[in-house]
Amino acid sequence: MGDNLKIDVRNVNFFYGAVQALYDVSLRVPQRQVTALIGPSGCGKSTFLRLLNRMNELIPGIRLEGRVEIDGKDIYSDQTDVIELRRRVGMIFQKSNPFPMSIYDNVAYGVRVNGLSGNRHEIDRIVEATLRSAALWDEVKDRVNRPALSLSGGQQQRLCIARALAVEPDVLLMDEPASALDPISTAKIEELIYQLKNRYTIVIVTHNMQQAARVSDETAFFLSGRLVECSKTKQLFTKPDQRETEDYITGRFG
Amino acid sequence: MKRTIDRGVVALCLFSTVLIVAMLAIILGDIAIKGWGRLSWEFLTAASSNGMTEGGIFPAIYGTVVLVLLMSVAAVPFGVLVAIYLSEYALKDSYLYRATRIAVSNLAGVPSIVFGLFGLGFFIQTVGGAMDRALYGGNTVFGQPSILWASMTMAVLTLPVVIVTVEETLRSVPQDYRAASFALGGTRLQTIFRVVLPQSWSGVMTGTILAVSRGAGEVAPILFTGVAYFLPFRGALPPPSAPNEQFMQLGYHVYVLATQSPDVEATMPLLYSTVFVLLALTFLLNISAILIRKRMRAWATT
Repeated sequence: MGDNLKIDVRNVNFFYGAVQALYDVSLRVPQRQVTALIGPSGCGKSTFLRLLNRMNELIPGIRLEGRVEIDGKDIYSDQTDVIELRRRVGMIFQKSNPFPMSIYDNVAYGVRVNGLSGNRHEIDRIVEATLRSAALWDEVKDRVNRPALSLSGGQQQRLCIARALAVEPDVLLMDEPASALDPISTAKIEELIYQLKNRYTIVIVTHNMQQAARVSDETAFFLSGRLVECSKTKQLFTKPDQRETEDYITGRFG
Repeated sequence: MKRTIDRGVVALCLFSTVLIVAMLAIILGDIAIKGWGRLSWEFLTAASSNGMTEGGIFPAIYGTVVLVLLMSVAAVPFGVLVAIYLSEYALKDSYLYRATRIAVSNLAGVPSIVFGLFGLGFFIQTVGGAMDRALYGGNTVFGQPSILWASMTMAVLTLPVVIVTVEETLRSVPQDYRAASFALGGTRLQTIFRVVLPQSWSGVMTGTILAVSRGAGEVAPILFTGVAYFLPFRGALPPPSAPNEQFMQLGYHVYVLATQSPDVEATMPLLYSTVFVLLALTFLLNISAILIRKRMRAWATT
């Protein structure tokens, strides 16, 4: 992978209290590509995703062994500023969760809390640019001061993507971003992911294997807390190395 | 036989229910009918005169308002801070969290007269006494019953109401919002003050008004800590005009009119009207709590 490597996870074991959720997982995520994490419920793919911006730490009693590097730096070292890490590694959640504020304030939130800009014109510019990047600007440009919760589900999710983009991350983590959306909204999100990968490294958890096949360049298959296989998406879906992967993608279980 | 028992039980339930409604109706009706007649502008704006058989109750209204204002200024910020700690910071199985929980619920169960004694012992004798020794060379300035200590005592009494109400609203803010804020690089403090607390204003308001309406009605906590039997106007306003002055209060005034009057018959109409005003005030505060909460909820979701 060489210079192209963005995230390097090595031999990670992860525990919630006494329960082990990940077993010796190693995964290399290439830059500016989409890596999909698939697997049945409870296989550890969401846990893995949340390691990458240390969101797991909000739960008391967790423990991590192994090493997680982004751009060659250990994100679990004492020198890592977790606030700065989360700014650089954005996250989109399964359930769209815009703040109950205006559309504008939602996008501006991250800019303000990170002190990226206090200048009204500059924030205006960022809000417009990120809403455009999230393919939402044309739909909301006349009502950016309306409550975000007045948007449709698909629009809310794209707003959450815009909100994440506004703080200039270089990695985007997506936790089943389209699982609660109708097919048309899902298609829009997938199209957006396709555009965003020119600029961002994207890791996406999905239950939907067709979606993984459509949007991703690499796919990693998780089962019972272990990473079974990771390869080029096309290869994984046509000629998987492992028997378990084949069973899963052909629908024999999960 | 079975049928008869069945009907009997239903009848008993119905009777009890009607009785409850009737009791409230009788109390309110009696007070409204007998209290309404004596009500006038003069009654609301003048001090009582002629051995409490004439005049009005303004000093008591004024004292009550000052009392609940000072009490809120002390209780609400303090209560909100405790609620934030309990909801946002404390680990649910930590020793401190459980101790605070127990303290809050027990504080709510302490008889109000005990708060009065606590106020006398702690605020007046200990804190006030120490202030006098340190600042006023031993002269009695703060080491005596006053509006300040009465308000502080009342604040301690109403604190559990504020804490419990605010904590509940903070907890009802969806975890998703906190997660979103953290994921955007927000600190815990930013998350609380920019996302969680703005979602909780209705709870803070409700807690405040519930505390105020409780504080407006309680008498026991202020008995030893600052309420006065009778205080005339001094200039344009009645006391208190300084934090270390005593004050009159509606609930206590009712007690005084009912038991300490030289001429019970002559005081009776005044007593009814005073109770009416006290009830109206409490009722008004509760109604406004409900309205404010409704409004804020509607505003947050549209």
